Amino acid sequence: MGLIEAPNAGAESAELAGVSPNFITTKLDFLANWARSNSLWPMPFGTACCAIEFMATAASRFDISRFGMERMSFSPRQADVLICAGRLPFKLAPIIRRVWDQMPQPKWAISMGACASTGGIFDTYTMVQGIDTIIPVDVYVPGCPPRPEGLMYGIMLLQKKIRGETLADPTLRQEHLVDDRGFFLPPEKIDEISEPFGNSVHQTRSA
Amino acid sequence: MSASALRERFGDAILREETIRGDLVVWVDAGRAHEILAWLRDADGQQFNYLTDVTAVDYRDPERPLEVVYQLRSLSRNTQLRVKLPLDKSKPLAVDSVVDLWKGADWLEREVYDMFGVGFTGHPDLRRILMWETYAEGYPLRKDFPLRGHFTRAEQTRQALAANPEAHYSIEELSIAEAYDELPEDMKRRMSKGERGFVK
Repeated sequence: MGLIEAPNAGAESAELAGVSPNFITTKLDFLANWARSNSLWPMPFGTACCAIEFMATAASRFDISRFGMERMSFSPRQADVLICAGRLPFKLAPIIRRVWDQMPQPKWAISMGACASTGGIFDTYTMVQGIDTIIPVDVYVPGCPPRPEGLMYGIMLLQKKIRGETLADPTLRQEHLVDDRGFFLPPEKIDEISEPFGNSVHQTRSA
Repeated sequence: MSASALRERFGDAILREETIRGDLVVWVDAGRAHEILAWLRDADGQQFNYLTDVTAVDYRDPERPLEVVYQLRSLSRNTQLRVKLPLDKSKPLAVDSVVDLWKGADWLEREVYDMFGVGFTGHPDLRRILMWETYAEGYPLRKDFPLRGHFTRAEQTRQALAANPEAHYSIEELSIAEAYDELPEDMKRRMSKGERGFVK
């Protein structure tokens, strides 16, 4: 989607300015990131057909154990990466938010499929138009549903992202909670993200 | 079955009949619908003892009445009948509940209430079933309801995030209320008050 910036974008560079990487910190980063990226425990949040592809990804032929995701974590408290596989209705929004808030740091999120990422074809009164209006997302996997190869590519991108992290950057592990107004993102940003595109504008308003 | 038996018994209350693709459809007066449906269930030669579905149709033409549809089936006679109740949209939409005739109508009528805003008089527990109870945008399957809802996406998101997913019903709202005395003490304490916000 390209529109989304981290809510605190711009603050990072100022905080990082005082830290200069040296031999110790870079080796420590390398070690921590190597360990983290190769032992991601996924918290599956499967709501639709993407969950079927996700199960196929976890099963023997594709086998995400090869990426260190040996164990599906059905408790958010022992999970590292939330995989939202499928469409998210507004009714489930507080639940995925609660699951995300219960996951301990470090944590990441993968938005799997068109519906989780943008609302997909469900541009309706019930559907969240992209889970990035509810929780921060690291990797978007396109597809309807994405094939297991697609999800695995997303996982490898996430691993790549994790390998680029540094312990010296405290903002990476910052929680982005729902604010007093009840928003995770500013309301105008939510409206902007939710704006329909393509010809769906002309299809949806009933005469 | 033909509508002649119905006409003979209820006269003017039977507004229209039509056979559509082999299915008999009867339009009846909404005010007398409960009486007619009770007769269809019990009378000899009718015995429509199974209510397959209750639903409603809102037509795009604003002049055309909204119709509540009852799909009846007789298991003993292996036949079915569709009964439609036209409701004038300029007046409050209300029909008598048939939960006292078919218990299965309970959730079906709640769904019609949720999606179309038809009030079922005499329903034991008429509240939303698919949408959450604090949903304030109206009745989604009405033709005048915009597909994306009335509120902005931001407002919808705010309201969704404000919901408490762990809230539960009070014991008074549940159909197991009569079993209250047999519950363990801690469960009684938790159920003494509901937390689901506005409930009718």
